Amino acid sequence: MQNYDLPDDRGHFGPYGGVFVAETLIAALGELKDAYAAAQADPAFKAEFDYELEHYVGRPSPIYHARRLSEKLGGAQIYLKREDLNHTGAHKVNNCIGQALLARRMGKPRVIAETGAGQHGVATATVAARYGFECVVYMGAEDVRRQAANVYRMKLLGATVVPVESGSRTLKDALNEAMRDWVTHIENTFYIIGTVAGPHPYPVMVRDFQTVIGKECLVQMPALAGRQPDAVIAAVGGGSNAIGIFHPYIPHESVKLIGVEAAGEGIETGRHAAPLTANARVGVLHGNRTYLMQDEDGQIIETHSISAGLDYPGVGPEHAWLKDCGRAEYVAVTDGEALQAFHDLCRFEGIIPALESSHALAYAMKLAPGLAKEQILLVNLSGRGDKDMHTVAEKSGIQF
Amino acid sequence: MSRIKTTFERLQARGKKALIPFITAGFPRLGLTVPLMHTLVEAGADIIELGVPFSDPMADGPTIQRSSERALANGMNLRKVLEAVANFRGDDNDTPVVLMGYANPIEAMGLDDFAKAALDAGVDGVLVVDYPPEESEAFAAAMLAQSLDPIFLLAPTSSAARFEQVGRLAHGYVYYVSLKGVTGSGQLNMAEVAARIPEIRAAVGLPVGVGFGIRDAATAAKMAAVADAVVVGSRIIEELEQAPAGEELTRVAALVRELRRGVDSAGEKA
Repeated sequence: MQNYDLPDDRGHFGPYGGVFVAETLIAALGELKDAYAAAQADPAFKAEFDYELEHYVGRPSPIYHARRLSEKLGGAQIYLKREDLNHTGAHKVNNCIGQALLARRMGKPRVIAETGAGQHGVATATVAARYGFECVVYMGAEDVRRQAANVYRMKLLGATVVPVESGSRTLKDALNEAMRDWVTHIENTFYIIGTVAGPHPYPVMVRDFQTVIGKECLVQMPALAGRQPDAVIAAVGGGSNAIGIFHPYIPHESVKLIGVEAAGEGIETGRHAAPLTANARVGVLHGNRTYLMQDEDGQIIETHSISAGLDYPGVGPEHAWLKDCGRAEYVAVTDGEALQAFHDLCRFEGIIPALESSHALAYAMKLAPGLAKEQILLVNLSGRGDKDMHTVAEKSGIQF
Repeated sequence: MSRIKTTFERLQARGKKALIPFITAGFPRLGLTVPLMHTLVEAGADIIELGVPFSDPMADGPTIQRSSERALANGMNLRKVLEAVANFRGDDNDTPVVLMGYANPIEAMGLDDFAKAALDAGVDGVLVVDYPPEESEAFAAAMLAQSLDPIFLLAPTSSAARFEQVGRLAHGYVYYVSLKGVTGSGQLNMAEVAARIPEIRAAVGLPVGVGFGIRDAATAAKMAAVADAVVVGSRIIEELEQAPAGEELTRVAALVRELRRGVDSAGEKA
């Protein structure tokens, strides 16, 4: 994997990715691709991105050696990349800053976004306030109901939140609706997609903005632990935090890359959100070809996960490729395992993790006891768990 | 020769333009699809576009979204759409049928298997909304291997280079979506449409159908004055939504006759 340079010019990662959209969006995607290429070639763009990440987001985020948790497990050492300490509480903001700078460069006064749990919506509303854009966030009506606090946060930040009543009224339908908005308001609107999915150039652009995570780790790990980790572990829904930490490690072949999907109530029950682990059939959705949760007629099916951020029927095309070529390994943990990891990190380290990140942590906690004490597992703690208070309390039978 | 080509040649010889109504297969009820297709033809349709419902119709506005959801809830799927076409062909061997839908249900069946089954059922052309030309080589090859016409969209934002790219793959006709946005939305910019169509026709070498935003005889007439075919979708689905059960066929027949008058009045002036 020394010469990994995907995607190709048209956004293909092997057979995955691409530009599967109606003709009405082609010109806008072309304009975006050209604007992004020009921005990448402009040192001022990178300098401003770096400045914003340092002074507004609070980067670099630290890596923390979870000693008590590691001792408790009695095996490998667990290190946490603290994306939960970013402004807005998750990795999502890295990408939003990048796309907002691009939107400003393209002269678009209005930004839109889709959101599931609301983290990407909050991050988009935040950067919209920061740069003075009009902001509209599409959110499934079902998620609006489940995530009232985040809906209010977005409104505080000046965004309009539009509940989406079509389809299954969740994240995938919010994405459909945001695409429809974009195609209708192409002249003045920039669509800030929150994950490494969608039509080219989104998967590569979002990846590029998120690789700041892995690039920092490459520098931080030798300083902190004397070497690179044996494995990097990250949760995968659409897959942006995972690509962000994996990608810079792809050429480091001794470092295992492990993506953790949501097994929901169990892969065998069919009620999950783990298209890679379950070897779902490959298909086309939201502008790219990838592994997809679908029925035998090719209709997209509803997914299940305790974590709204992982509750998505597809997965970024680069993960599909990394699975096929074997450079990354994909596994899944259940709602119950993720919840246990959530509680353990609260009690042993005083860190409340997001339920998404708890999936990655749960898998590290499974692996650690079977490994030698010298082994190092680096977990991407992609977000903080304040937003999940209600879900966790409900599961524990507690009402506020 | 394909039914689509024959149809356009016959219309052209008579100085007429084509009327292409769209319905979503399985909406409002499974059993109504074939009777509706015959009704469309009796009321003046030249070609039928039959929508294959998909769970995530990203390019469609609320009207066609609702019809797709209902159709899926009714149990419609691609196999049953093909059965409906075969059934229709039992009584109508002349009117071209074009399937319009999204890639995933077709890929789930497999491109080659789908193409063979579509030919057997009597389908003439296939338009896959989320297959732009750059992702369509395998699709176009599979369709052409069964003598089916792969049909493509062009938009107000499409460049001249894309007209040629589409022209290399397209057969039958091309479908110019006259509006920015999703199906059923917004206002027509008639002057812009009128300016683009001759340019497209010259670059692609096929008849040009225009759709998105056509609602009545007047808009149909204006479109038919400049285009080779007029496509009407959301307006027909609305009529089906509003018609009391049992009156769907008569209501749609009246609407299509009105659209036909509009299309033909343009033909006379031209």
